[in-house]
Amino acid sequence: MVSIQTPTRAATTVTGPTRGYRVFQGVNAVILTLVVVVTLYPIINIVARSLSGEHQIRAGEVTLWPKGFNLTTYKIVFQDGTFWRSYGNTVLYTVLSTAVAMALTTIYAYVLSKKDLRGRTFLVGIAVFTMFFSGGLIPNYVLITSLGLKNSIWAIALPNAISVFNLLVMKAFFENMPAELEEAAQIDGLSTYGTLLRIVLPLSKAVIATMVLFYSVSFWNSWFSAFLYMDRADLMPVTVYLRNLIAGATEGGNAGAAADQLTQAAANIQSVTIVLTALPILAVYPFVQRYFVSGVMLGAVKG
Amino acid sequence: MSSSTMTGSQPRTGAAPDPPPDKKRPSGRRSWRRSLRRDWQLYSLAVLPILFFLVFRYLPMIGNVIAFRRFEPGGSILGEEWVGLRYVQMFLSDPSFWQVFRNTLWMGLLTLLFCFPVPIVLALLLNEVRRTALKRFVQSISYLPHFLSIVIVAGITVQMLASDGPINHMLTAFGHDPVRFIQEPGWFRTIYVGSEVWQTAGWGTILYLAALSTIDEDLYEAARIDGANRWQQTWHVTLPGIRPTMFTLLILNIGTFMVVGFEKILLLYNPLTYPTADVISTYLYRTGVESNSFSYAAAIGLFEAVIGLLLITSANRLSRKTVGTSLW
Repeated sequence: MVSIQTPTRAATTVTGPTRGYRVFQGVNAVILTLVVVVTLYPIINIVARSLSGEHQIRAGEVTLWPKGFNLTTYKIVFQDGTFWRSYGNTVLYTVLSTAVAMALTTIYAYVLSKKDLRGRTFLVGIAVFTMFFSGGLIPNYVLITSLGLKNSIWAIALPNAISVFNLLVMKAFFENMPAELEEAAQIDGLSTYGTLLRIVLPLSKAVIATMVLFYSVSFWNSWFSAFLYMDRADLMPVTVYLRNLIAGATEGGNAGAAADQLTQAAANIQSVTIVLTALPILAVYPFVQRYFVSGVMLGAVKG
Repeated sequence: MSSSTMTGSQPRTGAAPDPPPDKKRPSGRRSWRRSLRRDWQLYSLAVLPILFFLVFRYLPMIGNVIAFRRFEPGGSILGEEWVGLRYVQMFLSDPSFWQVFRNTLWMGLLTLLFCFPVPIVLALLLNEVRRTALKRFVQSISYLPHFLSIVIVAGITVQMLASDGPINHMLTAFGHDPVRFIQEPGWFRTIYVGSEVWQTAGWGTILYLAALSTIDEDLYEAARIDGANRWQQTWHVTLPGIRPTMFTLLILNIGTFMVVGFEKILLLYNPLTYPTADVISTYLYRTGVESNSFSYAAAIGLFEAVIGLLLITSANRLSRKTVGTSLW
């Protein structure tokens, strides 16, 4: 599934691996098992908590499997209109932002892939430069505010419309396409637009799918733009909804039995919201992971 | 649009882009006009993306002038009038600025010390696994946290450390009193770095594993013939093989030294942990966005960016001189 494969070293000399090396292999197996456990435990534990009873959670009985299985907290969250609205907002923002980003990234990557285009170095340069320098939080905030984009979906979609990394990945893909195809299309009388739409794009389904994944995962996961620019509760995405739950938990520092009870129910709701927010990502992860790995490799080599 | 068929039908790639070297180049202007006529459709496609970069990337860079100008919300985004270094002097004499400055250095240092080497070690360990299926399984699992939203990572972190979370249950099982991790300033850096390592270590191995896969097998063979044991092979063949990758990533890490995970800190900190958790970026977020002192915050942001620029250029120069690896 993963496209990185290091050739396994031919380990056997005539005498076979030394005793020290066998010990090392054992230790290595233990360490890597620990890595897997440490990585997965928190995620599985959250899922188990979201399905467990409050008493069992408080007693510390919940580890990898739900104890006192019940769906009460899910019901509470499902009945919360704000949660559903946030979830719907996230879907909307993700779809729209990804569409805008794909359009702009694709056409620019196509332009930049034309090696004999005059001024190409400059056009690549203005994009790559922004990988190393950015305006910073305050000037960006001032700009978006004065453009009147606050509380608008465009405040999320437009400022993040081109990821230079994705742009370079796509440019590399277009550069590797056989030039004869496009030449033939142009001799047949297709304009540049027609060539792009009818010849290049249909042959680029693989890279387009990868880019759609890159963008939609990053938009699904993003929260800060929305947190910054959306003042109204009915506009927040689910990540900001979750952020508000967490902020309530980290800042509610006052002790006391009543407060603890409240935090307990809140903690359950947090687990459920975490699970529901991560669910789409976890569901596609096994299938899309290798595209991410190969995309990163391509970008790292070319960029 | 009538000319589109005409220009479009000239195969662009067929025409020689440059004049033969023995002839003089036509004047720049004339050849520009020719390229425009030939490639105007391509240039027209570039208009919107260029507009995007100008408005959303370069305009904010210029917008930093408000660090030296009086700015009024609702007024020009480039400010009203020059005030010189007033805002710079203001933050230099602000004791809370120096506190967040110290916190930023601490956090950057700890991030560099832990988040940079862990992927290298993990990649080396993975490289020694001989069963491919097992190796792929560990890789797939370790990449997973990278794909989760930072809000989810923060949420999981808070839950793990909650008073009824697994960590506190383990502590009480060993007879310790439960710790209010999230409210303790003394714990914040550990929590932050731990959560950062959890999220980034696996994904960070990708480039190292790729570099490891390009090391020539003959080098190991030669080392074995010279009598090198496994450890010596790792030291003399494997590590030099990934050195360019290591230094490239090290330079990039040093370049982002001052930026430290702004979003994660914003999600995990609270007024109780400000003494250790508040860094330059969170401080300027609060002064700028929450308290509307835009010029003051912009001055701090510019200061941070200048330090970051100095760091990355000096790291780059040092690396080029000592090991021959550099970003540019």
